[in-house]
Amino acid sequence: MFDGADALLLARIQFAFTVSFHFIFPAFSIGLASYLAVLEGLWLRTGRDLYLDLFRYWLKIFAVAFAMGVVSGLVMSYQFGTNWAVFSDKAGPVIGPLMAYEVLTAFFLEAGFLGVMLFGMERVGRKLHFTATLMVAAGTFVSAFWILSVNSWMQTPQGFETGANGQFLPGDSWIEIIFNPSFPYRLVHTVIAAYLTTAFAVGGVGAWHLLRDRGNLHARKMFSMAMWMAALVAPVQIFMGDAHGLNTLEHQPAKVMAMEGHFQSHPDGAPLILFGIPDQEAQKVHLAIEVPKLSSLILKHALDAPLAGLDTIAPADQPPVGIVFWAFRIMVALGFGMLGIGLWSLLARARGKLYAWPWLHRAALVMAPSGFVAVIAGWVTTEVGRQPWAVYGLLRTADAASPLAAPAVGASLLGFVIVYFVCFSIGTWYILRLMKKAPQPHEGGVEQSESGPVRTAGVTPGPARHEARRGEGTDRP
Amino acid sequence: MTVNFDLTTIWAFIIAFGVFAYVVMDGFDLGIGILFPTFRVGEGRNRAMNAIAPVWDGNETWLVLGGGGLFAAFPLAYAVILPATYPLIIAMLLGLVFRGVAFEFRWRDPAHRKYWDFAFFAGSLVAALAQGMTLGAILQGIEVADRAYAGSWWDWLTPYTLLTGLGVVAGYALLGACWLVWKLDGSAQDHAFKVAKRAAVATLAMLGAVSLYTPLLDETYWRRWFEAPGIYFASQVPLLTLIIAVLLFRSLAKRRDVAPFWLALGLFLLGMAGLGVSMWPYVVPDALTIWDAAAPERSQVFMLVGVAITMPLIIAYTGWAYWVFRGKVGAEGYH
Ligand code: HDD
Ligand code: HEM
Ligand code: HEM
Repeated sequence: MFDGADALLLARIQFAFTVSFHFIFPAFSIGLASYLAVLEGLWLRTGRDLYLDLFRYWLKIFAVAFAMGVVSGLVMSYQFGTNWAVFSDKAGPVIGPLMAYEVLTAFFLEAGFLGVMLFGMERVGRKLHFTATLMVAAGTFVSAFWILSVNSWMQTPQGFETGANGQFLPGDSWIEIIFNPSFPYRLVHTVIAAYLTTAFAVGGVGAWHLLRDRGNLHARKMFSMAMWMAALVAPVQIFMGDAHGLNTLEHQPAKVMAMEGHFQSHPDGAPLILFGIPDQEAQKVHLAIEVPKLSSLILKHALDAPLAGLDTIAPADQPPVGIVFWAFRIMVALGFGMLGIGLWSLLARARGKLYAWPWLHRAALVMAPSGFVAVIAGWVTTEVGRQPWAVYGLLRTADAASPLAAPAVGASLLGFVIVYFVCFSIGTWYILRLMKKAPQPHEGGVEQSESGPVRTAGVTPGPARHEARRGEGTDRP
Repeated sequence: MTVNFDLTTIWAFIIAFGVFAYVVMDGFDLGIGILFPTFRVGEGRNRAMNAIAPVWDGNETWLVLGGGGLFAAFPLAYAVILPATYPLIIAMLLGLVFRGVAFEFRWRDPAHRKYWDFAFFAGSLVAALAQGMTLGAILQGIEVADRAYAGSWWDWLTPYTLLTGLGVVAGYALLGACWLVWKLDGSAQDHAFKVAKRAAVATLAMLGAVSLYTPLLDETYWRRWFEAPGIYFASQVPLLTLIIAVLLFRSLAKRRDVAPFWLALGLFLLGMAGLGVSMWPYVVPDALTIWDAAAPERSQVFMLVGVAITMPLIIAYTGWAYWVFRGKVGAEGYH
């Protein structure tokens, strides 16, 4: 009933499913951790309760998102061994140490300070608590650093030797492995993506509460902060995306051909295909709407520059074009949509109408999930575009899988699908429920979720909350 | 080759340390999950949960270190053991997903709390059982051919692995109960004492059963345990176990707060030593030694630098986090 090809396909689906789910949460928690640090920092500096309320409000949401990020990440760290054993054996000496560094420098840091960040405000005082928040935020960034280095090495491997038993072995310099050619681009682009994702989620929540009550000070603050991010960072992201694409063109040309839908080579200027239906079998794009020469201009900065197409790549080495083509367009469209919101908000701000234009708020609300969609689309572009290689140009995905029978992989895939949908949809629903409530003056922390007052047994409450209350009243007319 | 010898040995000890740290720390919080249904709905459960809420994530990180460390330092072992125990690993991961989210979800949704409490219990139980059975599956041997797992996908299911699985469940329950003895007071603590005694009996019974069964599995184990020179070292393990068991029961009878937890840890440490007697220097008994599976020297050196720098820091701030949340916990504590 099943054969090896099915097992491989199931293993790929399983990996794609679990990693896509995983990344949704870090994309949010990388951004949110930094946002929380900013809020707490502002609270410490200004003493305004408004910031503390917002901090507490988003902290509750962070706690739920983070828990989901952790458990889905745990699954990832075992997926390599369970489903990609050959890959693990071969690439382990090179990427294993990088992932070990991730655990040592990032995961422990996050996890060690998370407890204090969530529950420790009363126990350690403000400064130390702020330190804990900063450590968690730093941990999320360091985590992204290492795992993206690993992923980038798989995209653009360098600095290795090949061992007698077919293993990739580290060469002289780890710097070459860590800072492989696509890594700096990927790191910057992904971290900014996480910030944008968070900005639009925060902005969407702010917009929702503004639509219900334009005077809500908490909603105003969130919305305004988020719109600054959108206006300032979206253009940077588009610029970085372009740079990333140029880098990819240099190292993984077949991926860019698939993104662009270029089946044919264009010796004197390639058109930019805006839309169309790629047909891999016929090796052409049906119903293409094109702008002549624009692709050459974007990718080579010259109208008549020649661009090679997939006709230069053996069919067995081509990535699946349709998926890459569409995923890329979704990401780019959302990137420009974000820019649009950012510019609109600048205009509103200049006119003094930032909190008074319901259509801006509605648009921001619609765009609230856009970051999540864009990051997944971006990753699909990246990873499917790398196919048929697991380690680009060196190890085929088909040769990387574990010796597993299809029923085993199929059954576990089913398990993951059921458990993830149950747990993570309910978790997402809890987050939406938290978001639906407007932040309150004297917003409760994580510790007050239980009905009734806080009772910290065994220790005297620290000064944090009481001191903070002194600034009370300044925010509220 | 001599340098390599030393490094690989060091790495084997580092991984063993990581696994031990994991077993101890996540052991007590999985144990609390296993015992969860025995606590009274409401205050009893809330307090049990609060006793681990601020630290569970850190505890679980040791599992990531164990898996990640094995991947990095002994990639071949990772690539053989995981496919061989595939269903167990998947079951463990799914169990951990359920119990991990339950920590947050049960507070978010009082109306459905009993479901999340059940998820917390079932997830913990499945994870513990799967971990114990994985251990058993490794001990009973894994078929390896050509740098890959060569057995069938039910090999891991035998009476022996079921026994080791239950042994780990009992042991974790003991750790969890002793942790609660430390962190709770009043009637909840009384309950913890009661459970701890039962768990201690169960743990010792399982420990005995596994110890008797293991040498029968394979002649090598028999030789290691019952023939000179192995026996001189090996015989100390059961002896010390007996002494610690007596001390443990006495400290429980005298209602000591802290001692039972450390004595339970002692039992685990001895279990680990016993494991060492049985396995050293194999990672996959009779198939792969640590040197067969080791990563090249450059990888090991690079990571060793990282471990040397970060491990003291990790231990320091983890210790600090435990210190911040010291003392007995209340029902509405920090959640
Ligand atoms: C908020 C998220 C977001 C937004 C708005 C954009 N991207 Fe992106 N993009 C990502 C989030 C992302 C990502 C998830 O972070 C990826 C996946 C892997 C990576 O390195 O970054 C990515 C990958 C990625 C790649 C693939 C690189 C490779 O695999 O080698 C290219 C060429 C671009 N992006 C280009 C763009 C352009 C031209 C954008 C402008 C409109 C853009 N991205 C907006
Ligand atoms: C978090 C964002 C990520 C997403 C959404 C993502 C998505 C995907 C998808 C869709 C595939 C399937 C491609 C196919 O088989 O056609 C895949 C494969 C894979 N990715 Fe990623 N990926 C992400 C990050 C990573 C990272 C950081 C690594 C490395 C550490 C990685 C390693 C792999 C591996 C090993 C495979 C399986 C082999 C293969 O199919 O090439 N991925 N990923
Ligand atoms: C296949 C690739 C991946 C693996 C194996 C992996 C592994 C893990 C693991 C084991 C955890 C849990 C850590 C803990 O116990 O505290 C985790 C969480 C996390 N991961 Fe991943 N991860 C992958 C992809 C990514 C990517 C692409 C990013 C970011 C760019 C990322 C960022 C994070 C962050 C920030 C956390 C902390 C939890 C959270 O923020 O929700 N991971 N990951």
